[in-house]
Amino acid sequence: MAGLLGIILQRLLLGIATLFAVSIIIFVAVNALPGDFAQSILGQGATPEAVEAIRNQLGLNESPPTRYFKWLLGAVQGDLGIPMSQALFQSFTGSSTGGDVVTVFDQIIPRLKNTMFLAGVSAAISVPLAVTLGILTALFRNTAFDKAMNVSTLSAISSPEFFLAYILILFLAVLNPVFPSLSNIFPGMEFGDRLNKTMLPALTLTLAVTAQMMRMTRAAIINLLASPYIEMARLKGLSPMRVIVKHALPNALAPIITVVALNLAYLVTGVVVVEVVFVYPGIGQLFVDSVKIRDIPVVQACCLIFAAVYILLNLTADVLSIISNPRLRHPK
Amino acid sequence: MSDLLLKIRGLKIEGRSDETWNPIINGIDVDLKKGEVLGMIGESGAGKSTVGLAAMGYTRDGVRISEGSVEFDGVDLVKASASVKRSLLGKRIAYVAQSAAASFNPAHKLIDQHTEGPVQHGVSSRAESEIDGIELYRRLRLPSPEEIGFRYPHQVSGGQLQRAMTAMAMACRPDLIIFDEPTTALDVTTQIEVLASIRDIVEQFDTAAIYITHDLAVVAQMADRIKVLLKGDEVEEADTRTMLTAPTEDYTKSLWAVRSFERPAKPAINVNATPVVSVRNVTAAYGTVDVLHDVSFDIHAGRTVAVVGESGSGKSTAARCITGLLPPRIGHIEFDGQQLPLSYKQRDKSQLRQAQMIYQMADTALNPRKSIGETIGRPVEFYMGLKGREKRKRVEELLAEIELEPTEYFNRLPSELSGGQKQRIGIARALAAEPQFIICDEVTSALDQLVAEGILRLLAKLQDELGLSYMFITHDLATVRSIADEVVVMKDGDVVEQGPKKEMFKPPHHAYTDLLLSSVPEMDPDWLTNLLQERGVDNIGDAAVDKM
Repeated sequence: MAGLLGIILQRLLLGIATLFAVSIIIFVAVNALPGDFAQSILGQGATPEAVEAIRNQLGLNESPPTRYFKWLLGAVQGDLGIPMSQALFQSFTGSSTGGDVVTVFDQIIPRLKNTMFLAGVSAAISVPLAVTLGILTALFRNTAFDKAMNVSTLSAISSPEFFLAYILILFLAVLNPVFPSLSNIFPGMEFGDRLNKTMLPALTLTLAVTAQMMRMTRAAIINLLASPYIEMARLKGLSPMRVIVKHALPNALAPIITVVALNLAYLVTGVVVVEVVFVYPGIGQLFVDSVKIRDIPVVQACCLIFAAVYILLNLTADVLSIISNPRLRHPK
Repeated sequence: MSDLLLKIRGLKIEGRSDETWNPIINGIDVDLKKGEVLGMIGESGAGKSTVGLAAMGYTRDGVRISEGSVEFDGVDLVKASASVKRSLLGKRIAYVAQSAAASFNPAHKLIDQHTEGPVQHGVSSRAESEIDGIELYRRLRLPSPEEIGFRYPHQVSGGQLQRAMTAMAMACRPDLIIFDEPTTALDVTTQIEVLASIRDIVEQFDTAAIYITHDLAVVAQMADRIKVLLKGDEVEEADTRTMLTAPTEDYTKSLWAVRSFERPAKPAINVNATPVVSVRNVTAAYGTVDVLHDVSFDIHAGRTVAVVGESGSGKSTAARCITGLLPPRIGHIEFDGQQLPLSYKQRDKSQLRQAQMIYQMADTALNPRKSIGETIGRPVEFYMGLKGREKRKRVEELLAEIELEPTEYFNRLPSELSGGQKQRIGIARALAAEPQFIICDEVTSALDQLVAEGILRLLAKLQDELGLSYMFITHDLATVRSIADEVVVMKDGDVVEQGPKKEMFKPPHHAYTDLLLSSVPEMDPDWLTNLLQERGVDNIGDAAVDKM
């Protein structure tokens, strides 16, 4: 087990190094965006003096490396800065003495929680569904059922998400009003109510991610069916279902876990379109809004969170793959 | 006959290739009584395993039973439904596979796999079956039987796994067990142990068995009757003693004769001559663990040095040191009296050219996308600098040398060759560099006896014509007897004994050499029984090796 801890620690350090590299890319990319916050908030008629004043106030006139290191220094201390929109609001109304300062964290955390909730619901539906379908299609490979499942999941993954979203709205909200088409969730909501309103975006995401996980499960299992130990299991007179679930699946876990992790990461970082369609107050919406007004601290923070989610989920997948292999779990 | 357990009549089996069905088995009959052991022998491709599996009503993907019946205790397994077959498989008919290491599921402990059959077939509860499993492990003389089942397959050695698999087959006390080459992948000393265990337990429970193997001496120990197969046809069948002493068919006689190839002894080595290759006090390590300890031996011009030992003894590591793939930690390699750089990276082209290799698995040692002409042509161009027509001419000469028709084989791909032909290509590729010295790493162990003999004869002929020196790595003492001039015996990274062949095969020798020699099965059906009496059951296999 000491070996496993060592591996986790090593991957964690590598993850931090990756995050650091990503932070540079994010900073450069965000700063390469045309236009700036001062210009976009003041509009066409702004005087150059006013623009310059705001730029000075926000520190936008400092050199990029200086701004990067200030940002990085703040970020490692857990301070992602103050949204430009908030800063501006306070200085113009002159109420900064009274009200609380709204930081990037304050703005992101509730949105992130919402997105995590949506991702959690989607994952709770899609992962068991995909793995079960993968097992069943492997069991009934090359039958009509197998082909029907492959065609339908592939069609789902090939269609644009907004299209899937509108189809679901049409059938589950308009023609048969089962779920609401608008996901206006807010803090303090009942869990059941929240779940009900999250259902349509979650189903859309399920359609988008199931195909890949299912096909990988199917392929990983079928890949093993020619192994001598599968033949042995069959020659012991075990049922086909038992052969697959008990003998093939445990050995196919590593590739399945990897694909599941990648898709879970997508559920957190790739939800922008779905959130926009259902007006779901998640981090994707916030991200798009912030890019529109060039609110750089928020954009950077969102990117950093997305990167961290990817790295963490892949780290988890690596560790789980190792745990699923008895050779690594129980060395000689 | 009422006690007939298995009755196969007119069994025909077909295999699919390129969308057509081709015959593999052309009508075979088998009769097996309760408690009887039938040996089934033949070369690879004879269809032994296919018949063995068909006796369970099972065929692999792309194979089908086209005609005939397989009656097990009155049930025709060819016509039986999948669920009827499942109710018999594992419970009344069990299977022991060639490679236990590959046939145990790596994800589950041995005992979990052992108890699965009895529990799923409703024969006994998990707890009962576990107790019974431990008892079977004890009867099969596995070390620490209470504990070994709770290990994963990768934590148990090959010979032990093979016995655990026999125990698993016994779990439901079946009436019939199919043993499919259960000892082929094992070392000779380990093989004895497994053979003795299998024979005992089959006798104790009066189980009928079909014992499939290509090794005549092994089948002689195990079977009451022997059936010889050739390319899907039965050649002959008789009880074991008759078959060994008086085979009627020519093919059977030729199988029996393979073991007789032996090269005439060469004159003693001139001790003053400089050896072609000299391994000097080599100690080598993988990581921090030393796997070779102060190994020294010489290989003289025009001679064959057989390096013998079981898996893990360091034979192949020694070869890796000579080729420079694994630079020794201490010591060095001399070639014609000149010290070679330790790593192949520092050796120049002429030094590299002088030592070539032929590999065990000709299948994987040839690039499947390159034609034979390209494969052999590459070293011709690389080492000898020949191009165009000259290169082609040289490749054709080499093909003629290995007794393959040049025009016919030049453009073929490896997939269009048989196993023996592939190995010949491996030899030609080594010859293309015009070396003085060739390392042959288990070159015949993946081949059938008749084909292997052809390769050995070819190597002997080339040695006489070209004055080559061979380092011949093998675990098969019959091969040593037929081709070696000098023998080096290795164990756990040490050289235990070395000297001329005729001294090695004559007593007295080192205890380990003695163990190795006496462990090679002989054609005498009483060999195993006598050996066990001589050594005692607790002094065979791993136990005997451990005592040294």
